[in-house]
Amino acid sequence: MKNVLLICRKELNSYFASPIAYLLMAFFALIFGFGFYTATRDMVKFAFQAQMMGQAQPQNVNDAIIRPLLGFASTVALFLIPMITMRTFAEEKRTGTIELLMTSPTRDIEIILGKWLGAMLLYLCVLAMSMINIALLFAWGKPDLKPVLVAYLGLILQGGCLLAIGVFISTTTRNQIVAGGVTFFVCLLLWLLSWFTAFDSTVTAQVVNYLSIVTHFENFSKGVLDSKDAVFYLSMIFFCLFITSRAMESLRWRS
Amino acid sequence: MIKVEGLTKRYARTVAVDNISFEVEKGQIVGFLGPNGAGKTTTMRVLTCFLPPTSGSANVAGFDVLENPMEVKKRIGYLPETPPVYPEMEVDEYLNFVGRLKGIPSSEIHRRVDDVTGRCAIGDVRKKLIGKLSKGYRQRVGLAQAIIHNPDVLILDEPTSGLDPKQIIEIRELLKSLAGDHTIILSTHILSEVEHSCERVIIISQGKLVAIDSVDNLTNRLRGSEAVAVEVEPIDGHPTTAEVQQRLEQVSGVSRVLMKDPRAGRLNFEVESLQGRTIRADLARSVVQSGWNLSELRAVGLSLEDIFLQLTAAEKKDEAGAEKEKEKVEEGVKQ
Repeated sequence: MKNVLLICRKELNSYFASPIAYLLMAFFALIFGFGFYTATRDMVKFAFQAQMMGQAQPQNVNDAIIRPLLGFASTVALFLIPMITMRTFAEEKRTGTIELLMTSPTRDIEIILGKWLGAMLLYLCVLAMSMINIALLFAWGKPDLKPVLVAYLGLILQGGCLLAIGVFISTTTRNQIVAGGVTFFVCLLLWLLSWFTAFDSTVTAQVVNYLSIVTHFENFSKGVLDSKDAVFYLSMIFFCLFITSRAMESLRWRS
Repeated sequence: MIKVEGLTKRYARTVAVDNISFEVEKGQIVGFLGPNGAGKTTTMRVLTCFLPPTSGSANVAGFDVLENPMEVKKRIGYLPETPPVYPEMEVDEYLNFVGRLKGIPSSEIHRRVDDVTGRCAIGDVRKKLIGKLSKGYRQRVGLAQAIIHNPDVLILDEPTSGLDPKQIIEIRELLKSLAGDHTIILSTHILSEVEHSCERVIIISQGKLVAIDSVDNLTNRLRGSEAVAVEVEPIDGHPTTAEVQQRLEQVSGVSRVLMKDPRAGRLNFEVESLQGRTIRADLARSVVQSGWNLSELRAVGLSLEDIFLQLTAAEKKDEAGAEKEKEKVEEGVKQ
């Protein structure tokens, strides 16, 4: 456990020693801010229009702004995650520092968990950018807190899952760009699959739909905490970290 | 301290290390010598538990690398060919990280970092980013990393590559000061390196063990005959080269006299003795008795360079011979 935290801290330090962490946070803040601006403007516009036509209806900030906005955030995260995970193992393999880690008295799983946790914390920092906007809503409106928390939990779980996939892909190559590219492709594929299979009722489509990580976020974004989705995410994280440790083992036998 | 038995490491198509066995006792400095691609790095990687052996066993400080890797790793300091440093870290920060990774308690870590930065002469760059350091400094940071937890066994893969002559001497001194408490294996393809800092040599070539012995024994074993360099200073063109050569050939025990290019007007010869004869005293006497000026006389030992070439060449000859035999047999079968 001590080693996990040690490696996690080292990972975080190196993220923040390079521009990558700041770039990701700035990029996310900008895009999310734009989405926030558009959603809020539209809601206000509709509210005024409805009022002028004399059919004023109570507007729900949760439904009109927060839910689509956090759904949007989950999609944006798909594009940021490859940039977080691509260097985790590929860089260490390229520079040879992996030899230091693998010949130190640590277990492989501690190295993997440390790296995943470091990536997770950076992802949380990136997500935290969105709270600036959400906090504004709480300051000027009265949104419901619980669904917001559930949606954030969903974002964290989905992120953890994709990060674990990214870390796995990073162990398979010594080239960061390849690791990033493949992870990006996988994320894109998952996203597209969820679109293609959404209205298809064949068995294959249903299975693919279930496995595509993105679809499980929908319930979370609605504020529904379904154990089915949470279990899916957790077992997916577990599975990916497990195959990562197998990949590291095979690294020893092949290299 | 280190015991390797029948170690073989096979990659997909190639055999990197082929059935190597050796032992290293506590406190020794052993040189691991071989041309590039001989399997030095692979053997070291097996000893450090980075790679598992295909067959055979390796035992470090009483623990097997396959069965008890954790215990082995705790007792080993390893400097790979390229120092495993993180360019975005400061030297101090890096040594702190490695120290903790190797299990040094936090109460002791500062003392250990102070100690190794002093020993490896990197005290003046402790607050610098490793990425900004020169190759020599990086190498020394790598060495500091390897000794920070005071390991029983030090495994160094080409520790002096990329250093300037002054730094090489410093590293040699450091290694010598470490020997005794620590068992050190260092690999190199530079032969003088081994002559300078090692007590024993393990020579491997193409994955096979060629020789294992102490440096002195190895030179003696291969030096069946003695070679002596003789330099005579002529006065007014006397004696001539032919005269001296003739005279030297008459000395008993001399097998042949080679003429070398004259240097600054002096005549140079290399005299080889018959097997097992010492001829230096007789040579000196014969030159002086002829009334000539003997300006130099010294034994020319075979350098490791020669030994190495002889050993690997001998192996090649054997192989060629074996192949010829095989061809003959095959031909016989055909007939």
